[in-house]
Amino acid sequence: MASTGEDKRKVKAVKKMKDIMTTYYIEAKTAAQTGRKVAWITSGGPVEPLLAMDVIPVYPENHGAMIGASKMGVDLCEKAEAMGYASDLCSYARSDIACATVNGGPIGGLPRPDMLICGNNICGTVLKWYEVQARYFGCPLFIFDTPFCHTEFNDDMRRYVRRQVDEYTAFLAEACGRPFDFDRMKEVGRLSVEGQRTWQQVLDTAMNRPAPISAFDAFFHLALIVTLRGTQIAVDYYRELLAEMRERAAEGIGSIPNEKYRLLWDNLPVWYRTKWLSEKFASHGACLVADTYTSAWCGSLKYMDENDFLGSMAEGYSRIYLNIGVDEMADTVAAMVDKYGVDGVVLHSNRSCKPYSLGQYDIQRIVEERKGIPSLMIEADMVDERAFSESQIDTRIDAFMEVIRNRKN
Amino acid sequence: MNPMAEITATLADAGTYARDLKKRTNGRTVGYVCSYTPEELILAAGAHPLRLLGTQQAIHRADAHLQTYCCSLVRGILEEALSGNMDFLDGMVFPHTCDSIQRLSDIWRLNIPFGFHADVVLPVKLTTASARDYMADVLRKFRGDLEKSLSVTITDEALREAIDLTNSIRAALRRLYELRAANPGRISGSDIHRIVRASMIMDRRRFLALLEEFLAEASGKDAPAAAKPPHRLILSGGVCNAPDVYGMIADAGGAVVWDDLCTGGRAFEEPIPAGGDPIERMADRLVKRAVCPAKHGGLTNRADHLVSLVKEKDARGIIFLLLKFCDPHAFDYPYLKAALDREDVPSLLMEVEDPLPPEGQLRTRIEAFLEML
Repeated sequence: MASTGEDKRKVKAVKKMKDIMTTYYIEAKTAAQTGRKVAWITSGGPVEPLLAMDVIPVYPENHGAMIGASKMGVDLCEKAEAMGYASDLCSYARSDIACATVNGGPIGGLPRPDMLICGNNICGTVLKWYEVQARYFGCPLFIFDTPFCHTEFNDDMRRYVRRQVDEYTAFLAEACGRPFDFDRMKEVGRLSVEGQRTWQQVLDTAMNRPAPISAFDAFFHLALIVTLRGTQIAVDYYRELLAEMRERAAEGIGSIPNEKYRLLWDNLPVWYRTKWLSEKFASHGACLVADTYTSAWCGSLKYMDENDFLGSMAEGYSRIYLNIGVDEMADTVAAMVDKYGVDGVVLHSNRSCKPYSLGQYDIQRIVEERKGIPSLMIEADMVDERAFSESQIDTRIDAFMEVIRNRKN
Repeated sequence: MNPMAEITATLADAGTYARDLKKRTNGRTVGYVCSYTPEELILAAGAHPLRLLGTQQAIHRADAHLQTYCCSLVRGILEEALSGNMDFLDGMVFPHTCDSIQRLSDIWRLNIPFGFHADVVLPVKLTTASARDYMADVLRKFRGDLEKSLSVTITDEALREAIDLTNSIRAALRRLYELRAANPGRISGSDIHRIVRASMIMDRRRFLALLEEFLAEASGKDAPAAAKPPHRLILSGGVCNAPDVYGMIADAGGAVVWDDLCTGGRAFEEPIPAGGDPIERMADRLVKRAVCPAKHGGLTNRADHLVSLVKEKDARGIIFLLLKFCDPHAFDYPYLKAALDREDVPSLLMEVEDPLPPEGQLRTRIEAFLEML
């Protein structure tokens, strides 16, 4: 018997991803027994040199997403508030800071870090958050300071960040008690670029109509380009996922049944409501075909040189999506609107993330004016459910889809 | 007019003062938003540096650009610009500070039509040699940007003079604080607040002359005999836009004897060192001064600084005056409080924003805190 529509739509790679992530977390959590070192690192941080030194990178932000998705955010955020952290602070940071003291959350906390690597290319919050953890765990902290690129990445900045790459490799040599492995670094660098390129190709398959992959799918498949960037595992996984998506595109299998409208998502996911939001939009025949978030892990590929990873990572890590001016962000969104054939933009105004959210009103206006498409702003938070008003958002999505429908018909 | 009266009159309508100053001197005015702004370069360019400190009017124009979870300081600065109150500015300088000011810079650049726009992308990490070198590079770049935007040449000689001027102001402010710390009854907290505010708004030479005059008078004056010596307190936080707080503290039997504020101690405590190249000297000061929590100066610097201030100034307690939605300060608060607890120094957290909450609320909390001391 032919498979039903829903079976057909199931992404086969999902099972594999879950296995990979389970293995990864078991490995990380047993690092103390296996004698490997663990580094906590920010999502936009330079992970590749860690892999070259066989250090296991662990991502508090990925952990924060897991906490949000398993709806354990409010409890941990409240714990942090009881510790004196204001409720307006980033909910990833609040969950993680609280979690470290109680080993709570969906996986019983992260393994204790031997070192902390903080890249401030995503926000100033991570600097404060990692200072808190460096005091708590009493382990060394390396700050990879990438000057903000409002309108340019100039030679002064390049020199400063490049010098920090050398400081970073020296820091790792010291922390690991052996010389930095430049040979292995070359291989890791190539794999990182290859992984980013393949991830971009996966996202590109959403240009097909119907889109075989949605932003909600991408939020899930993203985990490896964040946590295992620079490994063969990530490259292999994304190659397999790419093959599957291309096959689906060829067969006309969409991420949602009856794709009628194509939307773009801006900002982090609302982790505790991804399923609800995905189904809500799907009920209107709307597929979120692209987003600014998952593409941030391959957005600066143009600055990376796979044959000189350490040399080019200064620029590559500095010019990522969140470390650039509002106008350049608007340009990026506008280009994605064209590339993916987008009918409307959904922006998540995320109380937790100021660098992502402040400036969104201007991005919204610029994109609306330039592309002549409507947009919707949703007020929420990525992990803290207390900031989510379901009935209000439900009504607003209905009204927005009405506008989209009227324009298309 | 006595110095305090002139300062008070200036602050009553700072916008009109700045416009008049510009007209009177046929000069140029450059706005800025953060105490890391290298004022000396603006002065050496022959321009008047004017620090923007939010707004006292209701915020509505800025709502079109900034969410309500952005702090009232940033929203207020944008409101002032959008309402046209700032259109006399010849330019605006945005040092890299926090996530919110970073985006304010972008939003200003895209929406405010008047004046040049300069980003001063300072290092966030201040603890390494490469960061120190980059700091000097940033200052040199800003010097070039100013020269281009204002069509002037900034000579080393002019820069040295500007450094002498700002150092003299810093030294005078320190004397003012010391005078108060020695005898809090002599100078009221709200006068100090006004003086510090004026130091960022008035013509700097005129301000220095007024401050010197004020100091000469105040140091000669006997302190009024207080029935009961006040509780000695230190204020800690970001920008203090709340002069009323000083009155409430005084009414409740307290006196602020020092502060760790961006509009206060942190801005003037560290002088620019003497010696060689003026840019290098300025860079030395910026990495060494009491650190803003949006920057990294080590893991415990701020707590160490606060605890040593308490001891040095013989303070009995600390009031944290934190601006709502100010992430860097909110992240530091728990560890600062813990460090104070370890030293048995009581502290009170007051979260404020413009406009201040109803006076009764703050007053009751201050009174309760002082009673506990």
